[in-house]
Amino acid sequence: MKEKYVLEYSSAMVDEPVIYTLVKRFDIKVNILRAEISSGQEGSMLVELEGDRAKLDEGRGYLASLSVTLLPISNSLRVREDACIHCGSCTGVCFSGCLTMGAPDWLLAVDRDKCIACGLCVKACPLGLIGLKFGE
Amino acid sequence: MAKSYEEINAKIKAGKAVILTAEEVSRMAEEASPAEIAKKVDVVTTATFGAMCSSGCFINFGHPSPPIRMESISLNGVSVFGGVAAVDGYIGATEVSPEDPKYGGAHVIEALIRGEELLLKAYGKGTDCYPRREVATWVSKATVNEITMVNPRNAYQNYPAATNSTERQLHTYMGSLLPRRGNVNYSTSGELSPLINDPYLRTVGLGTRVFLAGAQGFVSWRGTQFNTTKPRAPNGVPEGNAATLMLTGDLKEMSADFLRAAYFERYGVSLYLGIGIPIPVLDEDMARCVSIRNRDIPVLVCDYGAEGHPAIARTNYEELRSGRVELDGRSVRTAPLSSLSKAREIASLLKAQVASGAFPLGPPAQALPADSTVRGLEIKGRAR
Ligand code: SF4
Ligand code: SF4
Repeated sequence: MKEKYVLEYSSAMVDEPVIYTLVKRFDIKVNILRAEISSGQEGSMLVELEGDRAKLDEGRGYLASLSVTLLPISNSLRVREDACIHCGSCTGVCFSGCLTMGAPDWLLAVDRDKCIACGLCVKACPLGLIGLKFGE
Repeated sequence: MAKSYEEINAKIKAGKAVILTAEEVSRMAEEASPAEIAKKVDVVTTATFGAMCSSGCFINFGHPSPPIRMESISLNGVSVFGGVAAVDGYIGATEVSPEDPKYGGAHVIEALIRGEELLLKAYGKGTDCYPRREVATWVSKATVNEITMVNPRNAYQNYPAATNSTERQLHTYMGSLLPRRGNVNYSTSGELSPLINDPYLRTVGLGTRVFLAGAQGFVSWRGTQFNTTKPRAPNGVPEGNAATLMLTGDLKEMSADFLRAAYFERYGVSLYLGIGIPIPVLDEDMARCVSIRNRDIPVLVCDYGAEGHPAIARTNYEELRSGRVELDGRSVRTAPLSSLSKAREIASLLKAQVASGAFPLGPPAQALPADSTVRGLEIKGRAR
């Protein structure tokens, strides 16, 4: 199975070969979709983890033991849909197919698992309804 | 086989009028001829819900005792124009707070509609008849006298779509435009759009009753930059932004369901506004106009990356709504900026209001100009 997470890690663990360990020890395929390291050397990474259920659980346990926070991508993207006016502005910049709008109802549809945390929608929403937890 | 306004209103009163939304009549037109539509349909409701910067409200705050001649005024820190009589002011939608560039006049207007209390600060120099110099207090729509929305330019007829041919992302009032023509944004409600359904403004003029953010408002004048010189497609629709409306209404009767403050990244504050206009189907010519379909509406695609935003392509609403258009042989993604679902909500609401008799139709007190052009601003030397 495949799961997308935002990993947030602190400067204390930049020396730890995290990705290597995930691959070697837990047989998890890691696809890094986006990474950002801030000046204090804390960082955020959007990864897709692929492996069998048990191994993924163990891998997540390993990351947690290093105090890496794991946020499923679906929790990292926040859209206040109750206040949405369905203008469509955010859909123009979302290339992953996460935010879409079209016939027949022209209402915003959010498919969170498709998000790649590019962040473009955050500034595109004229009502400021979108938040993305990635870095910062 | 012409129908008069009186005949249409009488049919409404008798509960016999046939009222359709502009989308419904466009579907009907796939099979029915204009003559048949003129016979069957009496009123067509049109609507739009989009960003309209040229909006604002006159507010009369009421006099404190002793009275003040307010010269410098703010509401929640947003500057209110005070260069009118003593306690009158005008809050423009795009005015911004010096403390928070993402908060502005549109937010103040939305807060007023929601019935919130806002901090009013005002200063005057103190005169014999208005001795007070300072005011700081809380006001809401319940405490002030009038809040009259007066929007100098709304409901643009056929606003062009936008793209960006530069190498960097542009942040505009047409939304985020990605580099190298990465996307196309469009902003009107197509076949549902008010002035596209009456391209020569036969039924929309001074005094026309309109749905304005949930209240009944009126067309009070031609909108600014009113332009009748754009070339027209054979069906009469201007190619590019042409006519505009100045709209007036009572903010105290409006609803925040149909008005929202907005902030466009690195552009500024604007106001999303819902407008609806019922169009009487007076004759075959009007029937033909309201029958217009998305594929019949010519839309220019303008390049916001080049000076003067020149048109670089033309398309129509059917293509724009398909999600992709061709630009130079490349397929480019499209996205709307105005809310079609909200516009539909307004068109159906208006349909019910017209049917109930609460929204009578009438001829314009005076037609909007048939001949009007837009000037640029010449920069003359020696001004400094
Ligand atoms: S962050 Fe990027 S991919 Fe995710 S929803 Fe926003 S625009 Fe789409
Ligand atoms: S840009 Fe904002 S208001 Fe518009 S559809 Fe997207 S989330 Fe909704």
